[in-house]
Amino acid sequence: MALLEIKNLGISFGGLRAVDNFSITIEKGQLYGLIGPNGAGKTTMFNLLTGVYKPSSGSIMLDGENITGKKNVEINRAGIARTFQNIRLFKDLTVLDNVKAGLHNGYPYGTVTGILRLPKYFKVEKEMTEKAIELLKVFDLDKEKDHLASNLPYGKQRKLEIARALATNPKLLLLDEPAAGMNPNETAELMDTIRFVRDNFDVSILLIEHDMKLVSGICEKLTVLNFGQVLTQGDTADVLNDPEVIKAYLGE
Amino acid sequence: MDKSINSKKFHLNKTTRSNLITYGMVIAAYIIVQILVNGGHVTSLMKGLLVPLCIYSIMAVSLNLTVGILGELSLGHAGFMCVGAFSSSLFSLLMLETIPNAGIRFFLAILVGAASAAVAGIIVGIPVLRLRGDYLAIVTLAFGEIIKNVVNVIYLGKDSRGLHISLKNATELNLEEGGQIIINGAMGITGTPKNATFTIGVILILITLFIVLNLINSRSGRAIMSVRDNRIAAESIGINITKYKLMAFAISASLAGVAGVLYSHNLSSLTATQKNFGYNQSIMILVFVVLGGIGNIRGSIISAVILTLLPELLRGFNTYRMLIYAIVLIVMMIFNWAPALIDFRKRHSLKRYFSKNTEEKEAS
Repeated sequence: MALLEIKNLGISFGGLRAVDNFSITIEKGQLYGLIGPNGAGKTTMFNLLTGVYKPSSGSIMLDGENITGKKNVEINRAGIARTFQNIRLFKDLTVLDNVKAGLHNGYPYGTVTGILRLPKYFKVEKEMTEKAIELLKVFDLDKEKDHLASNLPYGKQRKLEIARALATNPKLLLLDEPAAGMNPNETAELMDTIRFVRDNFDVSILLIEHDMKLVSGICEKLTVLNFGQVLTQGDTADVLNDPEVIKAYLGE
Repeated sequence: MDKSINSKKFHLNKTTRSNLITYGMVIAAYIIVQILVNGGHVTSLMKGLLVPLCIYSIMAVSLNLTVGILGELSLGHAGFMCVGAFSSSLFSLLMLETIPNAGIRFFLAILVGAASAAVAGIIVGIPVLRLRGDYLAIVTLAFGEIIKNVVNVIYLGKDSRGLHISLKNATELNLEEGGQIIINGAMGITGTPKNATFTIGVILILITLFIVLNLINSRSGRAIMSVRDNRIAAESIGINITKYKLMAFAISASLAGVAGVLYSHNLSSLTATQKNFGYNQSIMILVFVVLGGIGNIRGSIISAVILTLLPELLRGFNTYRMLIYAIVLIVMMIFNWAPALIDFRKRHSLKRYFSKNTEEKEAS
């Protein structure tokens, strides 16, 4: 059974049909790319998927569960986590606390337990810290764990966002332009990290990216969006050689 | 390399250490004051200021939870103090004969004040905290003014038939012979037992600190601060933002209620006026919080104490009193927030000397 099945998804803002008739199927463990020119509706797609916007038509099934029109908090609990195009970290929290915030639902204890410092507080906090450091090590951020998130260099902030999203233990990870603003070396390193995450965290990844090197390097399948509609989808190599796609990107 | 490892060790206990310094500071201040009072070095004017110092410290910490940790602006915090003051005073008067033990009665009165202020906080918070933007500031501002006026028209009396309430005047209560008016409209409540002492005030400050500091450094506190830093990201990792906003605000309101209990049990007659529960009072507490540093709990207490004492200490200057007060406000603002001075303080802070010493020790 497919992990994510979207059928005929659409949304309108006033008279503008931002996304129309969008369908996609993502298998377990797949690395899927969503590409398209600026303004094609890629980020709108992510916002629909994570419940920031409510779709006006169509359905979203995650692992057999219908999550269409649910709130973003419920969708995260159902198993979708994301990063943002414009980084949204908790800037006045430390790197470690950013990841621990991501572990919020996975390691519960009550507010009263926290205030009274009952034994459970120390036990769960210790487990949380260990898990968070384990995640930070994957992204080579463990040395900076006590820095404020806002003091990290740009590339590391992007990585921290991925770590925080992974902390919610998702089935599907959405990455919105993870390589934006990175130099070629950082991008190459990021590609390795994304592959590592897919292989070790039992998670499927859907990513939006403009860096074709990254897209062709790691994505197994691609969907191309143009003016809110699917232009073409299929295996990466086929899609990238499609004359329609080249036309959409470069013009006639 | 060696240095970075050492500094990491130093970081690890940083919050615990900082919290202990805060508790220690309060306890030390208490001990010093007690020694001075017992030695007879404190004027009766200053003695009268001791409980208000505790009240304002609690208010400042409580408001800092809303402003600094939750990241919302409350302009009617004195309103919650008013709710706590009146509800607890009412409780104490009604229970005066039922619970003869003053200690137990005052303890219960504190709980009543905290609970009723928390309820008020929840009632204000439920509709408002769902909204984005500065709505809380607007609504709390109105709440503070409204609650004051509501309290001023309540008449409540007790006789053998039970409680009577009226919103018009005292004669409407139709009390029996020997009945007792407890809340007398704009005249407020008189005869609240004077249970508040400096010692109890300091204990309440410590409890307030314990609640707020432990909350900040727990799972719920992280959730509250993540909502403050980025609402959309907090939702995207599954944090129920309304729940945590409401929780922080209710705790903040209940602590303000506790300050109100201290206030009402420190006076023989309690009235709700512009001076004690009005807009100016709320703003003054906000000034404590801003000058002490938004989100800095220890700073709130320090600035509350300095700014409450200052007008009294400056009495000798007579006409120039408020002028000097204003200058001190400006200087504190610059000292706390000017980037050049923050840099300077970092370079010359005691903490830095301490950490240098420990590094040297560990290296050798």
